[in-house]
Amino acid sequence: MTTMTTTPLWCDRCGEAATAAAHPACASARQLEPPRFCPDCRRRMKVQVLPVGWSAVCVEHGEIRG
Amino acid sequence: MPEILDQARTQVLGDGVGLDQAGVLAVLNLPDEHLPAALQLAHDVRMRWCGPEVEVEGIVSLKTGGCPEDCHFCSQSGLFTSPVRSVWLDIPSLVEAAKQTAATGATEFCIVAAVRGPDARLMKQMREGVAAIKAAVDIQVAASLGMLTKEQVDDLVDMGVHRYNHNLETCRSYFPNVVTTHSWEERWETLRMVRDSGMEVCCGGILGLGETVEQRAEFAAQLAELNPHEVPLNFLNPRPGTPLGDRPVVEGKDALRAIAAFRLAMPRTILRYAGGREITLGDLGTRDGLLGGINAVIVGNYLTTLGRPANADLELLNELKMPVKALSATL
Ligand code: SF4
Ligand SMILES: [Zn+2]
Ligand SMILES: [Zn+2]
Repeated sequence: MTTMTTTPLWCDRCGEAATAAAHPACASARQLEPPRFCPDCRRRMKVQVLPVGWSAVCVEHGEIRG
Repeated sequence: MPEILDQARTQVLGDGVGLDQAGVLAVLNLPDEHLPAALQLAHDVRMRWCGPEVEVEGIVSLKTGGCPEDCHFCSQSGLFTSPVRSVWLDIPSLVEAAKQTAATGATEFCIVAAVRGPDARLMKQMREGVAAIKAAVDIQVAASLGMLTKEQVDDLVDMGVHRYNHNLETCRSYFPNVVTTHSWEERWETLRMVRDSGMEVCCGGILGLGETVEQRAEFAAQLAELNPHEVPLNFLNPRPGTPLGDRPVVEGKDALRAIAAFRLAMPRTILRYAGGREITLGDLGTRDGLLGGINAVIVGNYLTTLGRPANADLELLNELKMPVKALSATL
């Protein structure tokens, strides 16, 4: 099951606490990178990049795709 | 006109003979005001000795992360605190990736694994995967699986893999600063076996690892000596958690100087834009490189990072009146 969070707890790029507007460099880098950390629990996700799109799986919170 | 460009016009454009290390260094050291002339000459060389076609390729990671090697730029090494986790791609997804790639008009699909060299499991996955792709998709299959044994080279030929990528990454003199778990010579040995097998050799590297300009020229000369069918040119995209994670990115103008210089060293090779061009060159620089010696692109995403959408590159090629190389032309 994928849990939707409106306010992520963790930055999905660096895995640090996601306080409001605190990670401009991560946000910018994320335009050319998939997420690496689960925004809900901070676990490192299993990420597969494909020629078109990517998928990222958290063992607890399921898969997200982009 | 600087002397080196006059010399290159006669020698490289006229006779198809690449510049040597000293010549490449002179191009890398050209002041900014001569960069447009260098790019124009490199473009003329590419048009004369390769033609207007651009070879389009897609790549996919069959096995990501957890690599035992320590290439200091690589987020897939298991020896650093990179957030990249180990993951395998299943065969239906691999075939789907090949289909997505073919749909862009690409003629090349390269299957990559983050390993020192393949083990039996990876070779089995390759055999099944390549067969499944060939049964479903009209595309040439290439591979990049690290260092090979002679038996593995023969197996890949038998599977129908037509080109093998194995990057030297940087020049021989700088390599020990970047990788300590294997040597430049070991990589060269795999390249030699690939060459002897009849597979096409694809060998390039990454600029911006901390090498000097002299070492960049050394690298171009060493690649020219190898004379690969294709040279993929990457620019360092510093990855979090790797030893080179804090390095600055290559300046756009230096990247363009390198593109021109590598083309003038290797007039006939397929010189491909690989990773890092988005951050080093941006949209404008990407165009300058395509008009300065580059004649191939990787479209879509990379192995662990994302690229521009394939459409953006294809539209640019269309605008530049550079036809995408067709499959019939490669067979
Ligand atoms: S061998 Fe390849 S995957 Fe492994 S660390 Fe080096 S570059 Fe990365
Ligand atoms: Zn962050
Ligand atoms: Zn989670």
